[in-house]
Amino acid sequence: MKDFIIPGLDGAPAFSDRDFGTPARTSQRTVTLTIDGFPVTVPEGTSVMRASNTLGIAIPKLCATDNLEAWGSCRLCAVEIEGRRGTPASCTTPVTEGMVVHTQTPKLHKLRKGVMELYISDHPLDCLTCAANGDCELQDMAGAVGLREVRYEAPPQAPLANHFLRRQDGDANPQFIPKDDSNPYFTYDPSKCIVCSRCVRACEEVQGTFALTIQGRGFDSRVSAGMAGDSFLSSDCVSCGACVQACPTATLQEKSVIEIGTPDRKVVTTCAYCGVGCSFEAEMRGDTVVRMTPWKHGKANRGHSCVKGRFAWGYASHGDRITAPMIRERITDPWEVVTWDEAITFAATRLRDIQARHGVKSIGGITSSRCTNEETYLVQKMIRAVFGNNNTDTCARVCHSPTGYGLGRAFGTSAGTQDFDSVEHTDVVIVIGANPTDGHPVFASRLKKRLREGARLIVIDPRRIDLVRSPHVEAAHHLPLRPGTNVAVVTALAHVIVTEGLYDERFIRERCDWDEFQHYAEFVAQDRHSPEAIALLTGVDPQDLRAAARLFATGGNGAIYYGLGVTEHSQGSTTVMAIANLAMLTGNLGRPGVGVNPLRGQNNVQGACDMGSFPHELPGYRHVSQDATRDVFERLWGAVLDKEPGLRIPNMLDAAVEGTFKGLYVQGEDILQSDPDTHHVAAGLAAMDCVIVQDLFLNETANYAHVFLPGCTFLEKDGTFTNAERRINRVRKVMQPLNGFADWEVTQLLANAMGAGWAYTHPAQVMDEIAATTPSFAGVSYELLEEKGSVQWPCNELHPEGTPIMHVDGFMRGKGRFIVTEYVATEERTGPRFPLLLTTGRILSQYNVGAQTRRTANTVWHDQDVLEIHPHDAEVRGIKDGDWVRLASRAGDTSLRALLTDRVSPGVVYTTFHHPDTQANVITTDFSDWATNCPEYKVTAVQVALTNGPSDWQVDYARQADLSRRVLPAAE
Amino acid sequence: MSADAAKLVRMANQIATFFASQPGDIQAEEVAAHLKAFWEPRMLTALLAHADAGGAGLSPLALRAVERLRVPTA
Ligand code: SF4
Ligand code: SF4
Ligand code: SF4
Ligand code: FES
Repeated sequence: MKDFIIPGLDGAPAFSDRDFGTPARTSQRTVTLTIDGFPVTVPEGTSVMRASNTLGIAIPKLCATDNLEAWGSCRLCAVEIEGRRGTPASCTTPVTEGMVVHTQTPKLHKLRKGVMELYISDHPLDCLTCAANGDCELQDMAGAVGLREVRYEAPPQAPLANHFLRRQDGDANPQFIPKDDSNPYFTYDPSKCIVCSRCVRACEEVQGTFALTIQGRGFDSRVSAGMAGDSFLSSDCVSCGACVQACPTATLQEKSVIEIGTPDRKVVTTCAYCGVGCSFEAEMRGDTVVRMTPWKHGKANRGHSCVKGRFAWGYASHGDRITAPMIRERITDPWEVVTWDEAITFAATRLRDIQARHGVKSIGGITSSRCTNEETYLVQKMIRAVFGNNNTDTCARVCHSPTGYGLGRAFGTSAGTQDFDSVEHTDVVIVIGANPTDGHPVFASRLKKRLREGARLIVIDPRRIDLVRSPHVEAAHHLPLRPGTNVAVVTALAHVIVTEGLYDERFIRERCDWDEFQHYAEFVAQDRHSPEAIALLTGVDPQDLRAAARLFATGGNGAIYYGLGVTEHSQGSTTVMAIANLAMLTGNLGRPGVGVNPLRGQNNVQGACDMGSFPHELPGYRHVSQDATRDVFERLWGAVLDKEPGLRIPNMLDAAVEGTFKGLYVQGEDILQSDPDTHHVAAGLAAMDCVIVQDLFLNETANYAHVFLPGCTFLEKDGTFTNAERRINRVRKVMQPLNGFADWEVTQLLANAMGAGWAYTHPAQVMDEIAATTPSFAGVSYELLEEKGSVQWPCNELHPEGTPIMHVDGFMRGKGRFIVTEYVATEERTGPRFPLLLTTGRILSQYNVGAQTRRTANTVWHDQDVLEIHPHDAEVRGIKDGDWVRLASRAGDTSLRALLTDRVSPGVVYTTFHHPDTQANVITTDFSDWATNCPEYKVTAVQVALTNGPSDWQVDYARQADLSRRVLPAAE
Repeated sequence: MSADAAKLVRMANQIATFFASQPGDIQAEEVAAHLKAFWEPRMLTALLAHADAGGAGLSPLALRAVERLRVPTA
């Protein structure tokens, strides 16, 4: 889209759309030059094109754009420089002191017109019906250079060679390549390609996938995905959209734009999928989303995206979406559509009735890591102040609760220490128990970029994840440990660092408790923690482990990124502490390029934790037993708060089975599918008298619900999400809620029906309340977010603009604590009946339980969960690729198809949990982290055998699910 | 032992196992404090009842911690 923003030297709009042509440079040294008579001062290394743009003078260009390094192929950006011969390309020419540049001269005018004529002579002139009409840089440039005619004429006997005519003189045109429609979200139309190679460079530089190449030379050259014969879909393309974004023409074009037309306005908002929290512009026509494009000023993503946020938003208008409230007496009844009034009254009356019969503590609620901070805050407020107990929990319980506990103990705050930009300064990266290219794709792209610049990588994971070896990235070390042995491996890394004297004594003396360190050093130095001693247990080569430890301790800035493969273990909290130890030991905290970085699963896991979702903590991680904290809330809320911790999700289910817990409000979560040991969850839910589910779809949990309150998507409400780097990002409403109410309004309706008397009219008021009660949020307001775009907590008097990097001058808790991390084997062991270890994960195109992504075209990449099994393990069981296999543990069994791969080690099998028909959680057990009860998803002893198809349980389950989803036809 | 009690015993033992590895001589206090900070009263009550009934399966440190929990707090 064209922009007419003139960035002035002061008062410039902070978030201009202007394309400066080449990337910004950060040199401290500056250079002053004159362009068209205007003086300008820019950092050394800046291109003439960018310098000119900072003055508001746009030099015509085609192959340059400011998120890619200059390429210099189109020659349209030629300028004249006094004292230099010829007409150098301004995109590839760096500024020099005193340079005098002219951007528009008769010579340049003529030259550019000539260049454009050549391009246009091989371009179909169907602008009026082209999807990029009005949003095409080729069109813009034809205008900018004053192109008025194309003088190339065909010689009399042969037509002009071109790429756009299907047939010429009755014969097929050998240069013509038909459109590639294979990707569900965008098309590739080679006839419109100007071979600027922006797409190729975007795929390399921004995304790091290297799926595209330019095939052929000269006039024959064309963009090609993958190998000859590949389409976009069959190539390595991961559908991130970077190439589509980069393409100046309609060659690579979103199908949604082809279908709907160009957008007329843009609203900046935040992706509602993963914890990277990418900023997007929702490009709208009326109240229809035309496309979502990554926002270049988004500080988490810096203009990049992945397939989920960029393309997979179609679920918002999927036919399965429920938009009217429904109730039923018993879960065996069909649903009855009712008014909001009836549904809310039904729910409120039932909950109060349960409390009258079974006590105040017999009900509770679950907040969502997918909802906004404001919504989460209100749900926990309702539970504490209106229900009158602390039975609030969140699905963060099942993913990152050990992070909160472990980092809280070690450093004093329950959050990652860095911003994502930090990765640009890192030299050695440990990725442990995370699979960023699938789980946190945009972070993975930023990491890969740094790795291509020379940073080194250590992967600690049972599986050979993509990062271990991918185009132009190769891990220095991959330590393929047996699932469940994280603590042993991380402690062994510390053993090497301590016994070889590689630790950072100065840092430790200054910043940590020295006595504790000495005790810790003595502990890790014991022989039983050496790589050799643990090799049998962990399966990790001791030499490799030693080399990795040395590299991390001596390779420069060291950063650790970890995911659910760390937390979802019976020793999850201990591993988090072991990671914190490792960072302190090597002095890798408190500056860019280092730190301990949990990669959060869902978009607002961080926020859900911050907002007091846990049963023992009020907002800001303050224990419910603290009188002063309760006092703050009691005064504001006008209610007496319980000072004893409430039930956590697994405890709620236990209590339900036992008969003391009877009512549950679940906002935006599907605990039946996402929580471990499905049979136990189902039994707990079935034992309750009132389950209220608020969601977009009739999810699996809703099969056990009595009240269904329709929810809305992130496109339909205002609020904030907090991503993995503690960044509070705005979510903005771009359309009215299809169900009539934003989720926070629904909570307010229920709370008020139970006597709350709330009167919020906008989430900004909720944020003000959060700021007024929670010291780390004291400075946060919607005004500040409007002005800054986003802000990282703590944001208060001490840090008015937020805190990109924590613990800069010292730890939040004072001295950092070294905590002894003894390895304890999980009780979940393999044996003759269950000889294999199952571990679970996720893949790029699907998200969590899949409720959203399964309702988009993303299913072309993953239409079912499969079981990865090593060829050896498969062979002894007679299993071939694609066979149906039965996967059984002591908790249950299910069936799915096998995929033979040596990505997993012998003895280990792996699957995802995106599809309800598979229900990998039927298999997982109720073992959990010792400190937080975070379930042990990542280790289950299993057996695998050939079978014919879905298990009886799956068939029954599907039947029961169908039954429980019946809706009575609306009464006339 | 009922399934519920067995689960509480396992959880209490897991906590005790962690603190047993920590230095100092206040491990029982730490286990008790952890239980108090994270367990809902009805879980604590059930654990105490189980201890009263002999405390089968509880590790020695977990048992000592349970005894601390009986000391009334202000
Ligand atoms: S969509 Fe992304 S991965 Fe696919 S070709 Fe384009 S840039 Fe490469
Ligand atoms: S597809 Fe688009 S970005 Fe790629 S070379 Fe062709 S015109 Fe340039
Ligand atoms: S899913 Fe994650 S990485 Fe992908 S666009 Fe959304 S926030 Fe970014
Ligand atoms: S924009 Fe500079 S050569 Fe293409």
